[in-house]
Amino acid sequence: MLRVRNLRTGYGSLEVIKGVSFHVAPGEVVALIGANGAGKTSLLSAVVGLLPPWDGQVVIGGRDATGAPPWESIASGVVLVPEGRRIFADMTVMENLQVGGYRNPDRDRLIDEMFDRFPRLRERRGQTAGTLSGGEQQMLAIARGLIARPRLLLLDEPSLGLAPLLVKEVFEVVRGLRDLGVTICMVEQNAVAALEIADRGYVLETGEIILEGVSEDLLRNPEVMRAYLGKGYREVWE
Amino acid sequence: MNTGKTAAGILLLTLLAVAVQVGASVSGRDYYLTQLTMAAYTAAVVMGLSLLVGYTGQISLGHAGFVAIGAYTSAFLSTAPLAHASGTALGKSLLRFHVLASRPELYGDGTVVSLAPGLAFLAGLLLAGLVAVGIGYPALRLHGHYLAMATLGFGLIVYRLVLGTAFLGAADGISSVPPLPILPGVACTGEPGQRIANYYIAAGFTLMVLLFLLNLTDSRTGRALRAIHGSERAAAATGIDTAAYKLKVFVLSAILAAAAGGLLTFYRGSIGPSDAGAMKSVRYVAMVAAGGMASVWGALVVGFVLTFLSLRGCFGSFDDAVFGVVLIVIMSFTPEGPFGPLRTLVVRFRARRRPALANGESEKEIPRVVA
Repeated sequence: MLRVRNLRTGYGSLEVIKGVSFHVAPGEVVALIGANGAGKTSLLSAVVGLLPPWDGQVVIGGRDATGAPPWESIASGVVLVPEGRRIFADMTVMENLQVGGYRNPDRDRLIDEMFDRFPRLRERRGQTAGTLSGGEQQMLAIARGLIARPRLLLLDEPSLGLAPLLVKEVFEVVRGLRDLGVTICMVEQNAVAALEIADRGYVLETGEIILEGVSEDLLRNPEVMRAYLGKGYREVWE
Repeated sequence: MNTGKTAAGILLLTLLAVAVQVGASVSGRDYYLTQLTMAAYTAAVVMGLSLLVGYTGQISLGHAGFVAIGAYTSAFLSTAPLAHASGTALGKSLLRFHVLASRPELYGDGTVVSLAPGLAFLAGLLLAGLVAVGIGYPALRLHGHYLAMATLGFGLIVYRLVLGTAFLGAADGISSVPPLPILPGVACTGEPGQRIANYYIAAGFTLMVLLFLLNLTDSRTGRALRAIHGSERAAAATGIDTAAYKLKVFVLSAILAAAAGGLLTFYRGSIGPSDAGAMKSVRYVAMVAAGGMASVWGALVVGFVLTFLSLRGCFGSFDDAVFGVVLIVIMSFTPEGPFGPLRTLVVRFRARRRPALANGESEKEIPRVVA
């Protein structure tokens, strides 16, 4: 579905992704985890073309998509639900969904489907999106992504800034999508929760992948902990 | 979204336009119509700019430049004499097919042959569109202040060019622009006999621009534009080609400005460099802001009323200052435009009535919150 090889990118002269390779197979849920500043968001941005790659290759569904603009990666079935939700606050819930289906002529039918999946959004269809609660906004962001009918859904920090109860709710939604067979690549700081629903995971540290493995293995791996709490946390805390 | 409400608004506006004309004519104040006509054209420029600034979030401080391009192209091409062409066979057939037009010489007894006014007008739109593509392609890659600076620079260049170009009349501009025929017997011109007709031409043009923009903002394209305004990153992530849209809207608003500028020139019969000045551009942006940024209706009302009052000389020598004060007052008290408080009142009124009205019955529609 998605194969990234030796990807390098950054901002200005600052290299943020230093040669990353990973892949997502069809039907799989993959978690990219790592601490703040590890380069998770930059990596997804480079995959969909929001950030131009310096070097390396992005292959989507067998076709080279390196550096293709985002509207082209959407056409090949990759949809990004951006970090911090980025819903269109001044537009209504309905309009947000319509924009989500911008490239999908079948959007009206899918909007109904989304309303069935997220009944809260149906209740609030005429309300401006900025007045929704954080959890509802995240649902809207995910629904907006799904309306583009992705073959691969990229979720950037879906639990960011949500209360613990809502975090659970959002992960339930992701779990539901997984059971429906949507291929998902998820970036998360909340490593444990992400790995619990993922099949596989990659651990990202300062722009490089330091670990790769099946979720259960990663959950038990002390290196994961170390990547999160910084080098030598044992000396400091134990 | 609100087709019924929009239709009612348009109808009301049409009736108002007719009422104003009848009122002015009956009370013997026909001369008001002249300023009303000019104000209507200015309102069209403001509405086009509101699409760019308010809906797409891209600032242009050079719109007077586009007005000037439309105006000067219309004026120059429809007045430049093509004397040598009238004698040739090609020239004669072009005259027959109304590609060229002849008119009596102003000071003399011969006739002058120039490009037909209609074609000169279209050439103005085309040139404005092309220039907008040329300016917009690099400039729209800039954001915020930089885009404002780039368009401001463009406006200043246009002003200096028309001021320093001899064949555009330098500081005098171009005068004795011929009428622009629209229907048999009706032309866009400042001739006193056509005053009422021209009032309706301007009103019709402005109404058409309003309808077009209302339709556009409530479509897939309009939602894409508002999405770009909301968050360019998220808009791109949903598959909107943000760069292409920004360029298209820039070109569209430039062409609307040029159209209004061209018609205004045929109506006044002249054009001068002051219409290309940077202060004019600032005024257009101020009127968009005062109209509530993302509000085509607000842009229309504020653009029309303020320009009319300014043309009537109500502000005296404080003209520019008044525009500044209006901007400050509206931005401080009702940043969502002059209709903001009105809408809040309506929502409050409905909210008060609702419990009594829907007692026991479930109200499906949730009141829309005005942010």
